[in-house]
Amino acid sequence: MNINFWLNGVNRHAEIYPDTLLIDFLREQGCFSVKRGCETANCGLCTVLMDGRPVLSCSTLAARIEGKKIVTLEGMQREAQEFGSFLANEGAEQCGFCNPGFIMNVFAMLNELKDPTEDQIKEYLAGNLCRCSGFVSQTTSILKFLKYKKAQEEA
Amino acid sequence: MLKIKSYVKVNSLAEAYELNQKKTARILGGMVWMKMGNRAISTAIDLSGLGLDTILENDDEFIIGCMTPLRDLETNEALNTYTHGAMKESLCHIVGVQFRNCATVGGSIYGRYGFSDVLTMFLGMDTWVELYDAGRIPLTEFVNMKKDNDILVNIIVRKEPLLACYLSQRNTKTDFPVLTCTASVIGDEARTVIGARPARAMVVEDKKQILKNFRNMTKKQKEEAIEAFAEYASENVPTSGNMRGSKEYRTLLVKVLTRRAWEAVGGMKNEY
Repeated sequence: MNINFWLNGVNRHAEIYPDTLLIDFLREQGCFSVKRGCETANCGLCTVLMDGRPVLSCSTLAARIEGKKIVTLEGMQREAQEFGSFLANEGAEQCGFCNPGFIMNVFAMLNELKDPTEDQIKEYLAGNLCRCSGFVSQTTSILKFLKYKKAQEEA
Repeated sequence: MLKIKSYVKVNSLAEAYELNQKKTARILGGMVWMKMGNRAISTAIDLSGLGLDTILENDDEFIIGCMTPLRDLETNEALNTYTHGAMKESLCHIVGVQFRNCATVGGSIYGRYGFSDVLTMFLGMDTWVELYDAGRIPLTEFVNMKKDNDILVNIIVRKEPLLACYLSQRNTKTDFPVLTCTASVIGDEARTVIGARPARAMVVEDKKQILKNFRNMTKKQKEEAIEAFAEYASENVPTSGNMRGSKEYRTLLVKVLTRRAWEAVGGMKNEY
């Protein structure tokens, strides 16, 4: 079957099998930031944005992206680099395997919640599992990033 | 592994219904549960082009399309005002935001899963399901029906005056619940729902009418009724054990969650 969609701002057409999962399809398209983690829809590692909403690409059929706008970390390099430095400075980047899904969900959160509290951050990111950091340094890095962005806006 | 031979994004419910009469055809919901199993589907039927992903509200009811993501229910202000925050509480512990953007209310209700927070919550309201062929049926009836080839189109919540509290117990954050509980007063009817027993959610029939006229009880009467009903529920709700908890633990939880939920409904404490 054929699908028409936007990937990181570029309109594309592709032929797929009906049971192709979005994660496999995106990796075939060269988006290797999208990773397979738990495969039980629990870890958030495969998070991509579909029409601006974070979804699990391991649980979504590629057929469902017909007419939709998909964004992966490859389409957010500048933003990811900026936020990534905050993650690194807080020591939140241990093995780094969870980072792509985590960063995608952080930006989804910032699109949805303008000035999230620490509790809101924890709630929003509950579906992103990190086996190394224990989430403390990740939460701190988000709070510092928010402070930095606020200062930038005010300046 | 999930195998799909053909995928049809239908243009009408009639088309979907016709396709769904084949035994190996399946209506797709959010797919988060379906994709976990090993199954071969001849025709995967996608309803996502039918505009069934909205929450409509009129003076009498909420009409929730079967393809509405759980996240939309969680963030819907009107539903949360109506349920005093119980709707959000029933959903916000389900894995993560990404999961709840995928999972649909239709998939959760139609599946009638034992572990379902969603089913426990909706049973605690005056909820009806609208099936393509069979029409409107109370959810309390639908929950015990055998699965057939009909299509769940909408979920309707009638706006009876409602007091409600939803509680769940989990071994760890974002895991399946060990037990779920909704306590509610729908109009004048006091209703208690227990789910994840681990069998599918059930309404606890108050045969002794312990909670009758709950709204008009004094504080002392409420306290006594709640204590008695929590005991009654723990004696009358069938539970069993699985990897998340034993039968005995669940029976104990029935008592504790029932008491806490009713104390919240009675205004004695705030659970959220």
